[in-house]
Amino acid sequence: MTDLVIIGGGPAGMSAALAAYENGIRDILILERDERLGGILQQCIHNGFGLHRFGEELTGPEYAWRYEERVRELGIPLKLNTMVLDITEDKEITATNPTDGIFTIQTKSIILAMGCRERSRGALNIAGTRPAGVYSAGTAQKLVNMKGYMPGKKVVILGSGDIGLIMARRMSLEGAEVKAVCELMPYSGGLARNIEQCLHDFNIPLLLSHTVVQIHGKKRVEGVTIAKVDEKGKPIRETMQFIECDTLLLSVGLIPENELTKSAGVEMNPITNGADVTQNRETSIPGVFACGNVLHVHDLVDYVSEEAEIAGKNAALYIKGKLKNNVDIPITTDGKIRYTVPQRITEKKDTKVFFRVANVYEHAEIKVCSGNEVIFKTRKPKVAPGEMQCITLKAQQLENAKELNIDMEVL
Amino acid sequence: MYDVAIIGGGVVGGMLARMLSSYKLNICILEKENDVAMGASKANSAIVHAGFDAAPGTLKAKLNVKGSEMMEQTAKELGVKFKRNGSLVVGFNAADKKKIEELYARGIKNGVKELSILSMHALHEIEPNISPDAVCALYAPTGAIVCPYALTIAAIGNAMDNGADLRVHFEVTAIHETGASFAIISSNGDRINAKYVVNAAGINADAVAAMAGKTDIKIHPRRGEYVLLDKTCGGIISHTIFRTPSAMGKGILVTPTVDGNLLLGPTADNIEDKNDTATTADGLSTILAHCTETTKGIHARDTITSFCGLRAVGNTGDFIIQATTEHFINAAGIESPGLSASPAIAAYITEMLRDMGLELTKNENFNPIRKPAHRFREASVAEKNRMIMENRSFGRIICRCEGVSEGEIREAIRTNPPARDLDGVKRRTRAQMGRCQGGFCMPYIMEILSEELGVPYDSITKNGGNSKLMTGKTKEGCTI
Repeated sequence: MTDLVIIGGGPAGMSAALAAYENGIRDILILERDERLGGILQQCIHNGFGLHRFGEELTGPEYAWRYEERVRELGIPLKLNTMVLDITEDKEITATNPTDGIFTIQTKSIILAMGCRERSRGALNIAGTRPAGVYSAGTAQKLVNMKGYMPGKKVVILGSGDIGLIMARRMSLEGAEVKAVCELMPYSGGLARNIEQCLHDFNIPLLLSHTVVQIHGKKRVEGVTIAKVDEKGKPIRETMQFIECDTLLLSVGLIPENELTKSAGVEMNPITNGADVTQNRETSIPGVFACGNVLHVHDLVDYVSEEAEIAGKNAALYIKGKLKNNVDIPITTDGKIRYTVPQRITEKKDTKVFFRVANVYEHAEIKVCSGNEVIFKTRKPKVAPGEMQCITLKAQQLENAKELNIDMEVL
Repeated sequence: MYDVAIIGGGVVGGMLARMLSSYKLNICILEKENDVAMGASKANSAIVHAGFDAAPGTLKAKLNVKGSEMMEQTAKELGVKFKRNGSLVVGFNAADKKKIEELYARGIKNGVKELSILSMHALHEIEPNISPDAVCALYAPTGAIVCPYALTIAAIGNAMDNGADLRVHFEVTAIHETGASFAIISSNGDRINAKYVVNAAGINADAVAAMAGKTDIKIHPRRGEYVLLDKTCGGIISHTIFRTPSAMGKGILVTPTVDGNLLLGPTADNIEDKNDTATTADGLSTILAHCTETTKGIHARDTITSFCGLRAVGNTGDFIIQATTEHFINAAGIESPGLSASPAIAAYITEMLRDMGLELTKNENFNPIRKPAHRFREASVAEKNRMIMENRSFGRIICRCEGVSEGEIREAIRTNPPARDLDGVKRRTRAQMGRCQGGFCMPYIMEILSEELGVPYDSITKNGGNSKLMTGKTKEGCTI
């Protein structure tokens, strides 16, 4: 019987492992499907990581190394090239790798840190041909940054998520011509700083309320037809235009990879596509925790590390039989706030609540109510779906709380 | 000099090649693409029809019923997944009910076994997710599903294992009759000679027929678009659900696939361009609208991909299987139920060849069994571990969505007919066919292809020709 198995050796998995170690757990095993630790950070060679945590701008690999170095120093056991195939409700893990074959591990606690995947072309149902030259932005990033190959020369990008913006700049630096970034919504889903540094600085047009309606080219992409969309997101026929290109990159959303979570029977949240968790990042199965992009998609890795530390620390408490769950306060939201993490509070202590809004709002007032009583209030000059928000509720504010509702009003 | 040349590496050509390879014959399959199963054989409804649909007395009717009976054994020998899940033709009103009664009578005439008409109650009992508006159904328990490209690949692979040759990139441009044989010329100027020729060129069968002499055959492309849903939807229904048919075909169906997805489609549009396999926004929305009418629980958001195939519609309404000149047979107009009929079409053509004087002597070394392509995936844990210990690459998962190992991908590149491109690996192993559609595994599969084929990484294609995936190296150059 192992104390703690962590599934995923990216930023979330490594932070969680270190936190569990620092809280006294030694019998830890990290299972990583790739041949190296670091997860997606390995291919994120641009800088801007770690501003919150380290007060400096690191590249993805540098940020990951800060954690990997520590994992290696402490000698936390890990298995690379290892794919977890199944998790049961009783915390039995089945995995496979070339050395051990298919094996099972019984563990006291599990931390889910599998990350997310990119939404594909198929999920968007874009009409047209199916030629070479259509890639998700992350795949293109891997090809350029890890393999050293260019997936195309004349590029249109659909979706203004951060990876798409980063790749607009990366492809430009490598000599490709990025003709446009189309965004279905009237606002970008990416960080403001990325729009500035990756598009504006390179004179790449950002076409808001635009989408790709058709892909052309038999063997290789020869162009795309784009169109403006109406308020319902439906393409307007009269605005269709053809753009000649050999590549279409898609940055149209990230989906937490929760197949294992679901197979274990963990209760899921339909908005985040991740597990429902407590402030300790514990799921509906006691002793099973989740953190990082498998729980909800983050915009900054700094928040991933922070969240993973919560999971790691509380997994340690769980293993030692010291995890407290003595109340059950669900957190609900109104329509302007899409979701919160955690979704419930099970101990009255200082608690950070992260949330995302549904649209761009200016002069927003955020109120946390327990019944009719407002227990917390704050104002934000501007909030946007692309930027995760956070408030801290103090233990004494939770004193009489039975259930919480987070509400936002535009002033 | 080949005894028989088969033009077209689709399911008809493949099944015929396999059957002929059970005799002492020199056979060659000529395929214009980079891989086999590149036409209608890779993009159709994947149904083995029971046989109630075709008009009694037609070749379609005869060969469908016979082919459907042969299919289970054929699939078993070829190690291809086959499931007799049964078909339902669902009716929503009195007119549909009348048509269903006609279909029932027709099915009985065609010799379809176990047909029955279900009441509203019985229908909802066996398929609880059928629309509550459905009032009756024709039930054909002998209807089945199979993976059409897996079947084609396996048939051609088995034929090759038994001695048949496959020539890819062999686009036939001319056929010359030279005394007792034919010279077949490709667009690259390659040439092969054969005593007998079978034209199984699918959508281009009319053009190939014309190369051998005067012909009345005309093939018209009819576009069929499909939407494939995630495996989480595979269990919504268990039977193949047809709507009551119209003149344009059997209508838009909902069916589970042998791999556990849910397949919706096809549309039916007569078009002009034989190369136009683009999907259309209208087509895709029509499919979703139709299927949500017949079946509960279908949502556009569960789509993992969409695709389009062209039916090779002949000008007679029936399959056109006939000799135009001596020793030259056309198998044209093989639209639905062509997949279902394919083993029977092969037997039918084999008999025609015998009647024409082709000597058929049993090949004692013929092995009808092909190692199942998915044997690793379907093995027990103990068996898998034994295979991993023998070959470590079976333990390394490359495609996480479908759980495909490096070993399986390498096998697909080394097994007849070998995969040479990304799509070829996909059709043989299912790697890139899951919900991320290759987002994660594509760069790794390219690496394996490059290694196995001994070609540079940036020469790897999606499906041959100009479908190169990379356009060059980065400024710093490649790392592998």
